[in-house]
Amino acid sequence: MSANFIALAYLVAAVFFILALKGLSSPLSSRRGNLFGMVGMAIAVATTLTITQNWMLILGCIAIGGIIGSIVANRVQMTAMPELVAFMHSLVGLAAVFIAIAAVNNPVSFGLPETLPMGSKLELFLGTFIGAMTWSGSVIAFLKLSGKMSGAPVIFSGQHAINLLLAIVMIGFGLWFFFSETTNWTAFIAMTAIAFVLGFLIIIPIGGADMPVVISMLNSYSGWAAAGIGFSLGNPMLIIAGSLVGSSGAILSYIMCKAMNRPFLSVILGGFGGDAGSQAASDGTQKTYRSGSAEDAAFLMSNADSVIIIPGYGLAVARAQHSVKELAEALHKKGVNARFAIHPVAGRMPGHMNVLLAEAEIPYEQVQEMEEINSDFSTTDVVLVLGANDVVNPAANVPGSPIYGMPILEAHKARTVIVVKRSMAAGYAGLDNDLFYMDKTMMVFGDAKKVVEDMVKSI
Amino acid sequence: MIGDIDPTIIHLTVFVLAVFVGYHVVWNVTPALHTPLMSVTNAISSIILVGAMLAAGPLEADWGVWLGAIAVVLASINVFGGFLVTQRMLEMFRKKDKKGNA
Repeated sequence: MSANFIALAYLVAAVFFILALKGLSSPLSSRRGNLFGMVGMAIAVATTLTITQNWMLILGCIAIGGIIGSIVANRVQMTAMPELVAFMHSLVGLAAVFIAIAAVNNPVSFGLPETLPMGSKLELFLGTFIGAMTWSGSVIAFLKLSGKMSGAPVIFSGQHAINLLLAIVMIGFGLWFFFSETTNWTAFIAMTAIAFVLGFLIIIPIGGADMPVVISMLNSYSGWAAAGIGFSLGNPMLIIAGSLVGSSGAILSYIMCKAMNRPFLSVILGGFGGDAGSQAASDGTQKTYRSGSAEDAAFLMSNADSVIIIPGYGLAVARAQHSVKELAEALHKKGVNARFAIHPVAGRMPGHMNVLLAEAEIPYEQVQEMEEINSDFSTTDVVLVLGANDVVNPAANVPGSPIYGMPILEAHKARTVIVVKRSMAAGYAGLDNDLFYMDKTMMVFGDAKKVVEDMVKSI
Repeated sequence: MIGDIDPTIIHLTVFVLAVFVGYHVVWNVTPALHTPLMSVTNAISSIILVGAMLAAGPLEADWGVWLGAIAVVLASINVFGGFLVTQRMLEMFRKKDKKGNA
């Protein structure tokens, strides 16, 4: 096939990728969007096959990967989506590193000159180091998210100095690699190894609460790694696809940081969000709160006109989504207007809670985003907070509070607030929540699933 | 004049324009679909499969080819896993699609 024809086919694939993302602007067009993505990928792969010789090996490897990927996609629990996404980022990173090494080894098979020009070397350097950092960073994120490693930030003195030093040494090896006449493997491998270590060191100090930002950031990295490889291979399709992903991840990181009221830089520097409740309510004064039973809560809700349910990650941990759906249905039968309010950082990755509720077959028109619903709280009879804490903490309105300025769901404005929680422990931010001590608040202690089931029974 | 331009500059042009396209397209994604957005972008970033195929392409198999073959497996896991899990999630948003936009 002619080079021009191949380039045009790649352009078509790139357009399909743009349409895939465009489709996600509404749930209605989203499935078609995903289909466009698959078509784009199929075009890209089929076109590339025409310029490779080793068909048996390539198709065999695609089949192996395809089978593994399909099994994983079918089996994964929706609560485990963040881990799956982190795992997949790590694969992109590692693949990018392997491709870059193969390109240094045999540039001709990629259509590059026998001796790599300086430009290609620079591009390979970028692709490799972003890929390596994506890999090791994602592995740490995966271990933290799946609970195989503590979510607590790992901090030691001189951390940033060490990272900076390593980065400088890495760039030094990179320069040695550029300016070597022949292929300088020592420099290339040393540089790659340092990039792996850097990815590891950059993610370990970031605490569990900041994971939504970390995943988005690694999403972005994996895109830039693909774009970097696209530069090295002189392939505009890879550049386009990589940049789409890179900017998508960057935007999600920005949205997450904004929702948590945390400057991006401080998330990256890490050290926030350790063990939940480590410094709970230590101001000495014993504040009083009112507690009640699930039956009391059910009575309040069934006599209300409007109820807003605020789900947090605690709900997903307790696997209570299906019980919550029954609760909403029971309330609807009683003529109560029950809706759901989602904070952008509910769950452990952007949009996670929406997926969890969709899985429980809660109609998405009952599920509303923070901006849409916040003005309705003051006219709402009952707010039911399920396993959420910091996102409803009115301290966000108090200057001087560590979470001051964080956008919250204004649950405290409702006439009655019911909070279902395991104990009085503080949330990720380690702050006490005044909402729990308000006169109109009733605490219901217990496992979210059990409590919600009891509520359904007594409505 | 065009002939004198380094291909890297042309690639940089493509890159910058693509970042703008990505920026505008992604801001239009509804927040409810941010998780599917992440899984589908994951699948799309495994477009580096194309690079992996080129690495595994030559018939005379040296270690570079094997490295390419491993990269093909890794990227394919992502392609299939990413698109299929996205589809699975989006199906969940379908079942009660009566009213229209979210």
